[in-house]
Amino acid sequence: MGKDDRDSPLHDFSDRLADARRRREKAAPKAAPKEGLGAAMRIGVELVAALGVGAAVGWGLDRWLDTAPWLMVVFFVLGAAAGVMNVYRYMSGMDAAPGWRRDGRRQDGEEG
Amino acid sequence: MAGDAHGPLEQFRIKELVDIPVAGIDLDITNSTVWMAVAAAGVIAVMVGGTRRRALVPGRLQSIAELSYEFIAGMVRDTVGDEGRRYFPLIFTLFMFILFGNLAGMIPYSFTFTSHIAVTFAMAAVVFIGVTVLGFVKHGMHFFSFFVPPGVSVLMWPLLIPIEIISYLSRPISLSVRLFANMLAGHTLLKVFAGFVPALGVAGILPLAFVSALTGLEIVIAFLQAYVFAILTCLYINDALHLH
Repeated sequence: MGKDDRDSPLHDFSDRLADARRRREKAAPKAAPKEGLGAAMRIGVELVAALGVGAAVGWGLDRWLDTAPWLMVVFFVLGAAAGVMNVYRYMSGMDAAPGWRRDGRRQDGEEG
Repeated sequence: MAGDAHGPLEQFRIKELVDIPVAGIDLDITNSTVWMAVAAAGVIAVMVGGTRRRALVPGRLQSIAELSYEFIAGMVRDTVGDEGRRYFPLIFTLFMFILFGNLAGMIPYSFTFTSHIAVTFAMAAVVFIGVTVLGFVKHGMHFFSFFVPPGVSVLMWPLLIPIEIISYLSRPISLSVRLFANMLAGHTLLKVFAGFVPALGVAGILPLAFVSALTGLEIVIAFLQAYVFAILTCLYINDALHLH
């Protein structure tokens, strides 16, 4: 025990192992790479999907609350906004995730 | 065009092969079911065959198994981190099933089940519901903070929270539509250009060359879309775990 033990190569190894583990945990998670073809296809779908969901939610609420066509108009616009936001987040590396806090690369710089 | 037996959309028709009526539920075996079974059997064959020998220097089959395992394992580690390890089986299964489905669809006269929204949406819905449940289990009611953008004045909440919720609900749609639309469009395009080959006679060499190139592109897309589906599943799981 004591000093001899600390200097032993085995102890040194477990220190290095713990260090490496910590570094790896810190390194993850990082943003996904954006390839040209995949990115282009994603953006188009992302825009339309949010718009469609917005319109569908509005239509459903209209049927339920008998307020046609007003909620559909409102949610259509909100859906369009959500679509643009999805694309913005995707391109800025935050992906289509609600909330702004993610993405280590931007955290220290500007905030949203 | 749809009624035409040789139309470019004919390849997507569901054909009933074996009729199994069970208490009013349609359990028929169709060409779609058969090709799903083929894809599943293909994945099992590669993984079981690849892990049988466990050679130090891997052979072909073992290389495929190891490469795909390490590819997905690395992806899960990079996007979700260490806690993502327990979701690896789900992501790996999704990736391999979609990949084999896409690739099996490249075999002439086969059926591409990933070109049907019913199939892709079912997979996306499983991911979406699973991730939402995971978020609630991990964070309870705190999960709703996910929809509140931080650093924004309360006055803006009525506007921004619906946008966030729509954005969240659009996930399974974009996840499933992306895969299905890519496969549908690619295979239709192949068929359309292949139809030009006999119609143009000698000049048919041009569309033939184009179809050959397009086939290569389709195989790339088969990989790419399986990859995109898997990595988005990872990102959604990461969101549910960490709520950033």
